[in-house]
Amino acid sequence: MGLLSKKDAVLITDPLLDNNPITIQVLGICSALAITAELKASIVMAVSVMFVLGLGNVVISLMRNIIPSKIRIIVQLVVVATLVIIVDLVLKAFAYELSKTLSVFVGLIITNCIIMGRFEAFALGNGPWRSFLDGIGNAVGYGLILVAVGFFRELLGSGTLLGFKVLGDPIEKTGLYAIGYENNGFMLLSPMALIVVGIIIWVQRTKNKSLIEEN
Amino acid sequence: MSKRTDSNLYTIIFAVIMVLIVGSLLAFFASSLKPNIDENKRIEKQQNILYAMGVNENDESSANFVSTDVAGDEFAKYITKQIVIQGDKITEDDKAYLIDVKKEQASAKAGNERKLPLFIGEKDGKTFYVAPIRGKGLWDAIWGYVAMDENMVVQGAYFDHKGETPGLGANIKQRFFMDDFAGEHLMTEAGDFKGITVAKGNNDPKNEEKTDYEVDAIAGATITGDGVSAMIKSDLKLYVPYFKSLKK
Repeated sequence: MGLLSKKDAVLITDPLLDNNPITIQVLGICSALAITAELKASIVMAVSVMFVLGLGNVVISLMRNIIPSKIRIIVQLVVVATLVIIVDLVLKAFAYELSKTLSVFVGLIITNCIIMGRFEAFALGNGPWRSFLDGIGNAVGYGLILVAVGFFRELLGSGTLLGFKVLGDPIEKTGLYAIGYENNGFMLLSPMALIVVGIIIWVQRTKNKSLIEEN
Repeated sequence: MSKRTDSNLYTIIFAVIMVLIVGSLLAFFASSLKPNIDENKRIEKQQNILYAMGVNENDESSANFVSTDVAGDEFAKYITKQIVIQGDKITEDDKAYLIDVKKEQASAKAGNERKLPLFIGEKDGKTFYVAPIRGKGLWDAIWGYVAMDENMVVQGAYFDHKGETPGLGANIKQRFFMDDFAGEHLMTEAGDFKGITVAKGNNDPKNEEKTDYEVDAIAGATITGDGVSAMIKSDLKLYVPYFKSLKK
């Protein structure tokens, strides 16, 4: 990465694996469970969070020296909510189709703990550029897990990927279904998302033993 | 944090200024974008109505509206008449599609006579009667447009939702669900209104039986499906007297 200094590059790469917001910090689980029943929703959510977290981190970072510490959480909440609502209005006015796809996610973005977590843990104590990188890095790390979970849930639950029937048609009994394969409807329900996230955490910590906490 | 930002006075002043700035910012955006947003919603209504009566750009599997820039012209071309039914009174109104079903449902609850918009369209020599419906899903509002022939046999349907679960309830706006409604009967042979139930395990996943008053439900979306059944029953029932009067 010639563009970024080594110290800055870590801000992007660290949250991807060893400090992943979902699997290590265990933030943003709520939305990871709610919307990963299909891959497309996961991708849309990941992009939305990247936008809000990148921008929000910069705004909070710029304001970090004037925010009264007693009400800093409220200020953070107001900043996220304002950003999200403005984005939603602009989309509704100029990209109506897209805004309809996003509608469910708007509320989920505001309540996403990753956003508040990064504001609180990083943007309040660092400059705008580093905060921006931190925001993007965490959003990508979050997105990776979301896409992975969405991939397995849609594939095993509905037999489709991004809406395409990759395993054949369950009603016409073609493809895999011809030999008796059935979709697992349980994959579409939230508990399975938790289990899939759990499996990812397990695999990750088996590969990298240093991540296992000492009790 | 410096000491200065810890005082109560500073905190209150900061909060007041922040609220003022944020409030006016949001008000500015909301009011300056409102005309665009309303226009988009109007066009969407036209697209929905056209979609229900089969004027759309569907490819093999996905649902596509006619494009926004031609929606107005297509609407004028295919929708020959728009009427508002209020009790026994039937009035023609070419702005009937702008009637807010949600407001009408609320005003009916308050005891007023509900205005029922109905859009009469003509396509390939066939007459379609498109009625709007609205109800509750799992999380929020769901609504739709149902196109019928003069015997109240469904010719096409379009459903939409505000915030149903993606991958589950949100699939009511997918082709595999909406297409099942085409051909379904709403009335019994005897002429009673029966509606269509979104049913689990109706042993007819390919939907070949058109007079069972059932379509196959989406697994994992029971409450959204029940909402669809309920809004079809409650809202379309109101149109029965009009359809009966057509036959006289």
